[in-house]
Amino acid sequence: MRKRKNGGYVIVYVILISGIIITILPFLWMILTSLKTQSEAVQIPITIFPKDWKFENYPAVFERVPYLKMYLNTIISSVITVMAQLIFCSMAAYAFARIKFPGRDIIFYLLLAVLMIPSSFFILPQYLIIQKMGLLNTIYALFIPKLFSAFGTFLLRQFFMALPNELEDAARLDGCNHFKIYLKIMLPLVKAGLVSMVIITFKYAWNDLMWPLIVNNTPEKMTLSAGLSYLQGQYVTDYPVMMAGAVMAVLPLLILFIFFQKQFIEGVAAAGIKG
Amino acid sequence: MKKAVKKRYLKEYAWGYLMILPLVAGLSVFYFYPVFKVIRDSFFDVGAFGKSKWVGIGNYEKMINDATMWQALGNTFKYVIMIAPITIIIALLLANFLNMKIKGKTFFRVVYFAPSITMAAAVAMVWRWLYNGDYGLFNYILNCLGMESVQFLTNPKIALFAISAVSIWSLFGHNMIIFLAGIQGIPQTYYEAAAIDGANGIRRFFHITLPLLSPTIFFVMITLLINVFQIFDTIYMMVGEKNVAMEASQSMVVYFYRNAFIFSKKGYASALAVFLFVIIMIFTVLQMIGQKKWVHYE
Repeated sequence: MRKRKNGGYVIVYVILISGIIITILPFLWMILTSLKTQSEAVQIPITIFPKDWKFENYPAVFERVPYLKMYLNTIISSVITVMAQLIFCSMAAYAFARIKFPGRDIIFYLLLAVLMIPSSFFILPQYLIIQKMGLLNTIYALFIPKLFSAFGTFLLRQFFMALPNELEDAARLDGCNHFKIYLKIMLPLVKAGLVSMVIITFKYAWNDLMWPLIVNNTPEKMTLSAGLSYLQGQYVTDYPVMMAGAVMAVLPLLILFIFFQKQFIEGVAAAGIKG
Repeated sequence: MKKAVKKRYLKEYAWGYLMILPLVAGLSVFYFYPVFKVIRDSFFDVGAFGKSKWVGIGNYEKMINDATMWQALGNTFKYVIMIAPITIIIALLLANFLNMKIKGKTFFRVVYFAPSITMAAAVAMVWRWLYNGDYGLFNYILNCLGMESVQFLTNPKIALFAISAVSIWSLFGHNMIIFLAGIQGIPQTYYEAAAIDGANGIRRFFHITLPLLSPTIFFVMITLLINVFQIFDTIYMMVGEKNVAMEASQSMVVYFYRNAFIFSKKGYASALAVFLFVIIMIFTVLQMIGQKKWVHYE
């Protein structure tokens, strides 16, 4: 009995470790290639470790494309998206969860409907609106439609609904208005929901490809995602430089993840369970 | 007195409307209005400069006779059929393992989760390099094992599978985390009772974990299906416009994107978007109906 049990565990470890190898391999290959010379990268037989470590591939990315600009565009649009959603969604979520007003449920159902509709359905009219506003090929185009989110509102509403009524009643007796209750009492209590929303939104904003690709076409106005496609299109053969660009594009989120892994994992789990 | 009560209610309403106003205004412009706009445009021939001409059901007629569209739709179904079940099985299996008494749990969890936060554009770029027909690592390994090189991304018969593998690689970690949270929410007493009855690990998985996890599995299935139906990033980055495997591997969203923004056929693209939406809706509703058969709510 005992022996069989151990045998089972060996299989579990073998599967888990094979999984790790498959998961890590692309990351590893990306880093190793980014440090090779172009001629070494396309040489057969393949070398695993670079013969001489060519760190110059990293600065080369900045010469080939306006990479610094792309970095800044990505940071600015992601941060603004997250901040705006935090404000708009949490405020609306509080109202939907905690205030009774006529038409509340109908409006909320409309919101849920948006949640059910695939994003590709909205993208063409969104593009035409941005075009009408004269904002194509600007940094504003990158984030304006993303400032409002049905998902974030839905998620935070679930958190606000879970809070007890007593808190609110006491504050009402003290003469606090709804905005004060929301800001001073309720918001700090739904911190887990806010963290979850920030992580999911930031990840999405940082990685999104189709929208920046559609609205902006000059390299100076692109995000990293769209910039990588541009880099790939331009220098099809220079693999080490392409990989260096990819490494730098994924690094910020991976570093954040390593530092805040508990929050990342709990955030995703919370959204999964509450949703 | 009555007046005061009324006033208090009005004040309450005012706060409610005020607090949802910014969100609802934004959603109206960028989400509610587009629903009508895209349906309207699907009945028009929208030119490059925004001029549109009424064509009735012309776009839909064209769509039904468009063999490329049917192929793209078929591809989309193939992606869904391959990616969704495999992702769910892998995620479920790993989540179950990580719930056991094993060493290095945190390490496994962190590494498995990493692909799902990695930019799809970068992921696709690396995999494209791994798949490279001449210098790619995978072909090198195949050659070392005495096998012929495979043109993973330019062979129309293979490209779709190669892309699916990348998608599974980037999706399983996220879903594994959701399953793990679900498994951890199952009360321990069920397992203790089963242990007394002498049920082994595999039986416990099928008779306790699986039924009690079914609401989570259902949630993951719905979201995963909606996502995979809209697969775009990986295909766009791995299969270029000039690739011979384009038509054999493009999804509906890729075909939509090319019509809208490369061929500048915005009216036709709108019709495609409407059609895809209807298909996703049908599938979601079918799942909602089907769930009654297998999802157990406590």
